[in-house]
Amino acid sequence: MSFLIQSGFLQSGPVQHALIVGGIAAVVAAVVGVPTLIRGQAFASDALAHVSTAGGALAPLIGVNALTGFVLMALAAGGMLEAVPVRDRAERDLLTGIVLGAGLGLAALFLSLGVTLPGASGATVGVLFGSVFLLGADDLVPALTAGGLALVLLMAFLRPILLAALDPDLARVSGVRLRLTGAVHLACLTLAVGLAAMTVGAILSTALIVTPAATAIALTARPGQSLLVAAGLGLAGTWGGLLIAYDSYVWTNGHAWPASFCIVTALCVLHFGLTGGLSLLRHLRGGKVRR
Amino acid sequence: MRDLPEAPPLAVEDLTISHRGRPILDGVSFALNRGELCGLIGANGSGKTTLLRAILGLARPDGGQIRFGGGRRGRIGYLPQKVHVDAYMPLRARDVVALGLDGHRIGLPLPSAQRQARVAAALDAVSAEGFADQRVGTLSGGQQQRVFIAHALVRAPDVLLLDEPLASLDPSIAAEIAALLRRISQQMGIAVLLSAHEVNTLVPVMDKVIYLANRHAVAGPVAEVIRSDVLSRLYGHHIDVLNVHGRILVVTAPDAGAGTAHVTLLP
Ligand SMILES: Nc1ncnc2c1ncn2[C@@H]1O[C@H](COP(=O)(O)OP(=O)(O)OP(=O)(O)O)[C@@H](O)[C@H]1O
Ligand SMILES: [Mg+2]
Repeated sequence: MSFLIQSGFLQSGPVQHALIVGGIAAVVAAVVGVPTLIRGQAFASDALAHVSTAGGALAPLIGVNALTGFVLMALAAGGMLEAVPVRDRAERDLLTGIVLGAGLGLAALFLSLGVTLPGASGATVGVLFGSVFLLGADDLVPALTAGGLALVLLMAFLRPILLAALDPDLARVSGVRLRLTGAVHLACLTLAVGLAAMTVGAILSTALIVTPAATAIALTARPGQSLLVAAGLGLAGTWGGLLIAYDSYVWTNGHAWPASFCIVTALCVLHFGLTGGLSLLRHLRGGKVRR
Repeated sequence: MRDLPEAPPLAVEDLTISHRGRPILDGVSFALNRGELCGLIGANGSGKTTLLRAILGLARPDGGQIRFGGGRRGRIGYLPQKVHVDAYMPLRARDVVALGLDGHRIGLPLPSAQRQARVAAALDAVSAEGFADQRVGTLSGGQQQRVFIAHALVRAPDVLLLDEPLASLDPSIAAEIAALLRRISQQMGIAVLLSAHEVNTLVPVMDKVIYLANRHAVAGPVAEVIRSDVLSRLYGHHIDVLNVHGRILVVTAPDAGAGTAHVTLLP
């Protein structure tokens, strides 16, 4: 046990903040991830996450906190995705690619300015790959607010989002306001991206959104249940990853592994372990698929 | 049950629709009564989907009127021509039907016995209980069709519009679904309008038929519409309607040009 949980883990202030803020980010990202995958927007969420890099890099330059930077830039990119009319998913993917390219260009600019401007913080690695153990008490309230808002909005609009994902015409006929529904989902997604970027960095925040949600929808066929399962998996992977990152400092004599690496790896292990285990179970049952 | 309204649940008068200046339908009129099943027959591109979308308010007509028995476009059930559900979607057949009931509502869906009962009744009406808990995306085409019919039925509509519900089904399943729709329209008093490019399967169940060709429509009881003089006038060239061993055969003249009419066997 003492090998698994190195001494001082739960007593450490940075660890406590990482567990709380990372936990909020994990739950929100995973829950928002489920309808995102159902709408076939994994790529769009990935693009928003990457584009938010530019916001994270810009934030210290203009003196706002990182979460605000991430969210605002993701919102700008998402706004463009919603505003430009597209006819189908393929066309949306094209647009997404273009917005992604432009956003990464801005990220290159701001990251470079962050290194070269006088008094620059040079937080490049933190923006890209997260600095979860550097989160402090003053990150708690913004994280709770953003996370709470995203969850409330998402749960309220869950049914219209699902119906619109099933078929937009069907949704319109039964009275769903498609634009509003899309905008609400997008707002939730940008909040989730911002929170995830705070935890594991803008590059890896996709993993927090896509991986647990993908595991959940493979494990359960029920929409409500898939949200709960995704939240549980996101939390387990994030807390497990934080623990491994903390332990790795001792295991490797001070050459600790980055927390983002540990978290993403834990989420992937959970995914392949659980979905692989499920396939094996079905196989052993004589190929009979039970859902 | 419900009070019988005076007006037919759906009446279309002199409807004209175009897409980007190109006329698609011109002067289409028909009316549907409660419990009636009406086939909307036409070749690919003849405007079946366009007509249904106009009735649903998804497409704006250039002229004419669409009237509903209740006065406003209230209770219409709809089955789009193609609904593609990926196999991984975490939606059971039951969830799809529940979304038909209150999928437009904002707010947390609270578990309610009444809601469950209505979903179960709709699944029962289309004999889909057997696969109600399977992922929709993993069901066969005919099974999915039943689920989406239940989705359209669950709000107890006055009018049910189905866009090619029988396409991609094998003949026996198609006949089964056609009979199912017949039963639903009669038992629930719903006016059902379903499109098809193949009239064969529908003849035993249809009360009325609307034929679309060359932007125009003829509508009326089957015996009045599927006749040589009526169809010839609609298609603009001679069309024979033959009676062969109790089956009806619609034949177009060989020199009339391909694609203007189609040969159709009617049992
Ligand atoms: N959004 C659109 N913009 C422009 N033209 C359209 C549009 N939708 C349909 N059309 C045209 O309107 C005509 C009728 O199309 P519609 O889809 O209504 O035919 P349909 O009878 O349903 O055909 P099918 O049997 O192939 O489903 C076609 O010529 C089509 O090209
Ligand atoms: Mg069509």
